[in-house]
Parts: sequence; C-alpha cells; structure tokens
Amino acid sequence: MTAELFVQYLFAGITYGSIYAIVAIGFNIIYNTTGIINFAQGEFVMLGGMIAISLLPLLPLPLAIGVAVAVTMLIGALMEMIFIRWLKNPSVLRMIIITIGISILTREAAIHIWGENIRALPYFVGNEISTISILGARISPQVLWVVGVCGVMVVFLHLFFQATSVGREMRACAANRMAAILCGINPRNMVTLSFVLSAGMGALAGCVMSPITYSQYDMGTGLAIKGFTVAILGGLGNSGGAVAAGLLLGAIEAFSVSVVPLAFKDAISIAILLLILFVRPHGIFGSAEAARLKTF
Amino acid sequence: MKRLLALLPLVLGVILVQILATYTGKQFYLTQITMAAYYSLLIIGLCVLMGYAGQISLGHAGFFAIGGYLSAALTTRNLVVIKSAGWVRLLDACGFLQGGKDSYGGDLLVVTPWASAIFAVLVAALIAVVIGIPVLKLKGHYLAMATLGFGIIIYRLALASPWLGQADGIAGVPPFVVLPGLVVRGDAADRVQNYYIAWGVLLLGLFLLLNLIQSRVGRALRAIHGSEEAADAMGVDIARFKLQSFVLSAIFAAIAGVLLTHFNGGIGPSEAGVMKSVRFVAIVAVGGMAHLWGALIMGVALNFLSLRGVFGSYDDAVFGLILIVIMLFAPNGILNLLASPKKGKVNPAQSETRQEV
Repeated sequence: MTAELFVQYLFAGITYGSIYAIVAIGFNIIYNTTGIINFAQGEFVMLGGMIAISLLPLLPLPLAIGVAVAVTMLIGALMEMIFIRWLKNPSVLRMIIITIGISILTREAAIHIWGENIRALPYFVGNEISTISILGARISPQVLWVVGVCGVMVVFLHLFFQATSVGREMRACAANRMAAILCGINPRNMVTLSFVLSAGMGALAGCVMSPITYSQYDMGTGLAIKGFTVAILGGLGNSGGAVAAGLLLGAIEAFSVSVVPLAFKDAISIAILLLILFVRPHGIFGSAEAARLKTF
Repeated sequence: MKRLLALLPLVLGVILVQILATYTGKQFYLTQITMAAYYSLLIIGLCVLMGYAGQISLGHAGFFAIGGYLSAALTTRNLVVIKSAGWVRLLDACGFLQGGKDSYGGDLLVVTPWASAIFAVLVAALIAVVIGIPVLKLKGHYLAMATLGFGIIIYRLALASPWLGQADGIAGVPPFVVLPGLVVRGDAADRVQNYYIAWGVLLLGLFLLLNLIQSRVGRALRAIHGSEEAADAMGVDIARFKLQSFVLSAIFAAIAGVLLTHFNGGIGPSEAGVMKSVRFVAIVAVGGMAHLWGALIMGVALNFLSLRGVFGSYDDAVFGLILIVIMLFAPNGILNLLASPKKGKVNPAQSETRQEV
C-alpha cells in the first residue's frame, strides 16, 4: 500500500470514525443520566439530515441546519416526555423494547414523509469534485467540516459538563441520583435535557455528514449499532474513550475495505462488537472495576 | 393426558376454521394461516427463551434465515457438473441426493429436502451453541445489542453472498415430501393438507414446550428469570439452562425457516431482517412474555393480519406501536390485562419489574 493510499484510507476512517464517536457520545449522555441505552439514537442523525434537506428550498444552508437541529432537539424532548418520563422504575428489558419501538416509529414516519429515496445536502464548500491535497492524498473539503464540527462538539460538551452549572447538575444526577435530589436538582428535567443534548448532537452530525454519506430513512439502525460498538469499545459512559474508539473503528472499517469486499464492511464492525462484548465488555478504555458497579 | 386434552379446544378450532373456509369458498385464507403458523412456531420457541428464561433475543430471524437459506441453497444447487467428485458420490451413496429434470429438460442432481432440512437445523443449533455460550453471559442492553448484531451479520451475509442469491434470494425451492403423500408446498391444490401439516407441527411444538415448562427444566428457567443469583445459590446450573433454552428456540426457528421456505418455494433477505426479529419480540410481548398460549394465539393472529396486508404500508409501524403501547401500559401482555389481576398471585412475567433481565 502506497503512502498516499494509506493517508486516503486514514481520512476515510477519520470521517466515519468521528460520526460514530458522536453517536456513541449521544448514547453515553443518555446512559449516564438514566442507565438506558437509547436504541433510537441513530434516528436523531437521520432526522437532522432529512429535516435540513427538506428546509433547504426555503432557507439558506446554515439556517436550515440550525432549524433542523432545533427541531430534532424538540423531537428528542418529546420522546422522553411522552414515553419515558412517567415510568416508575422500568426494567431494562422494558426500556430496551420501548426505545426500539420509538426507533421503528420514527423510521416509519420518515419513510412516509420522505420516501425511500436517498437524499443529500449540498457540499458546504465547493462541490463533489473539489478536493484539497493533504500529504499526497486528495480529500473533499467536507471531510474537514465533518472532523471539525465533531471535534468542536466534543470540546463544547466537555466544557458544558465541567464548567456550567447545568452540566454539573447532570453529572450529579449520573453519579448519585438521590444525593442530587437532596441538593434540589430535578433529575427528571436532567433526563429530558440529556435527550435534548444527544438529539441535537446527532442531528448536527447528520447534517455535516449528509453530503458525503447521504441521508436515508433507514440509516439509523446501522449507525446505532456502530455507535454502540464504539461506546462499548471506549467504555460505556466514557466520552473521551468514545472518541478514541470511534476513530479506531472508523480506521478498521476503512482499511478492511482494501482486504474484504465492501459488502462485508458492516459485518466486520459488528463482529468486532461481538468480540469486544465477549472478551472485554467494559471496553478497552473502560475499567473492569467501574463496570462491575453498573447493571449490565 | 390432561395436557393433551388442554389442546383439544385449539384442535377443534383449527378444524372449524378449515371447514368454514372450505364451505364459504375462501380457502385462500388457509394459505396465510399456514404461513402464520410457521412463524408462530418460531415465536413459541422465543417465548420460552424470553418469557421463561428471561433472555431477550433480537436476532431470531437470523436462525430462521439459517434454516431457510441452507435448505433452499442445498435443494436448488445443481451438482450434476461435479457429480463425479468423491464427496458428491459419497452423498449419493448415502441417499442424500435426488435426481430430476429442470424446466429446460436438463439433468438435475440436488440434495434431498430431508437431508438438507436436517443439516440446516443442525447447523442452526451448532451456531446457537457457539454464539450462545459467550452471548448468554451478557445481560440487559449488552445481550440485546449482541443478539441484534448477530441478526444483522446474518442479514448482511445473505445480502452479500452470491450463492445465497444476494438481494434476490433463492427461488425455485422444490416441495418437501415429509412422508409419502404429505408434501409441504404452496400449490392451491395442497392448501388444506399444508394447513394441517403446519398446525400439526405447531401443536407438536406447543405440546413439547408446555411439557417442558411444567418440568424441572421449566422451574429452573423461571428461577433464573426471577434472580440468577438465587437460582445459582439453589444449585441451578444457570449457564447450561440458559444455553439449552437458547439452542431450543434456535432449533424451533430453524425448523420454521425450513418448512416455510419449502412452502413458499423460496426465501429472500427480508426474512433475515432486523424488523422481523423485532416483530417476533413484539408478538411475544403482546402474548404476555411468559405465556405460551398467548404467544401462539397472537403469533397466528397478528402474522395472519400482516400477511393479509391489513396494515398496508404501515405494517412495520403497527408492530412498533404495538411494542410501545404494550410495554408502556401492559408489560405483562394484554391477556393478563383482560383477566383481572389477582393480588398475591405470582406470575413469572411480573418479576419483569426487576432491574435484571
């Protein structure tokens, strides 16, 4: 493999890897405040892209994306308020099945609204044939947008959780729900907020990736399972680990294309998920001690 | 004997439906009931795994597809060009191959349906063992994702493998002569016969499972569902019982896949899709999780309505909605909701409120 080809694959890996990392962080945010894995996580990404595409004839691109993200956040809040907020001590099995049901309903709504067509936002800068040259590899400027936006989101999220009082309240609920209630925090609002946050992140990622990977009504399941792979790989609840694991999985996928047929790409990343679950369910960056305290 | 008698009303109902359908000239309903019965065979197997052992599986369409695809591939792959190869002659000598003519009059040499069916079910069972040993150590979300991942891998392999027909699937699967005179195939002339074959297989499966859950194994499974730690402390070999119920449900799924594929004369990748697995879970949930009769009745009824196209283009949406509504308002199934809940009665499904799955 030539050096140029290597860089080319690497960039493809980083592009997909950052998307997976964002989906994984979306899983983590909700998991940390509720202990729920939201199987409808991939649907947020689909909704963001699809809504922005529909708004594009009416609004300029940045505004369309902004409105799409806001609408998806609203949908995230509604999902939580309608289906989850009022359940008392639901079992894990119940929550799994409910979020799966939500993901199916969202997907079915999408197919009736937007049809089965594959759609895409236009490239933010230039078009599909404009490229820039980095280390001999030719990549689309959109790749820089994807990586840049995802990077900025991760940094902002970190600052939000560390430096703002709302962020600290959310972390308090994740660490000890009862203690948080005693401090005057309303954990239910924090749960709603976690859905809003992860919906917004997913939607923004869905918009920046749309020109490269396209948007389709059924893209959510695949993204959700890969995002989950990454979340597990990085240690569930650990967002720094999710970024590293996302880039790792993206790179593995990108390089696997040079070895096995493209059709098996998804099968490989899921096989990695199974392998990780069997061997190190606490992830390569997570600690086994912390994992033992969680309800698997 | 008592348990056999309990099946009697269902048997009478089955016969009544056939007589009514024939008398009113609406025999075509029987075709969809036959298909629904095969799906229900998978569903009652899954019911034991989910409701009694308490292990969720979002990948059972995968086992259905393994059974269906393997028997379809083996019974349609023409071995005439390599018939002089040693292993082909060995198979022939064992009586596993049958000759015939294709639609152009060319010679055909394929594996017999019986041999391929047994092979397909054995492979499904073997895969269930290999997958089940590590997967069943997981709980909750991890188990759900792992089984979902397994289902997607099977779907992708079916979609990507040329010898499984890729997006087209496999067509032209020959009829399955179960016994002389008993043929599994979709011809209109054989409707009534196939209706009874499907119900016969389903009732046999139900009878076996009803016996199983009343036995020592069934009590062990319910103990595992209640609390794995407590069951372990009581000396229940939890890993073995969980694996056994997983493999058993996979075998049921594979048998359903084999028979439905022969009945339909083909199989496509949608049979392996995630949505199918989710639908099976939804039906088990509607039936009341730990409720074999509920799973069977809901399995036949909902699959029949779905196959009739009653839900139109909202087919998947209906099942998604069913899942949510049942889990929100009646996590113990609608049959338990209708029968007014008696206080103090311990139902295995009610231990659902626990945090462990």
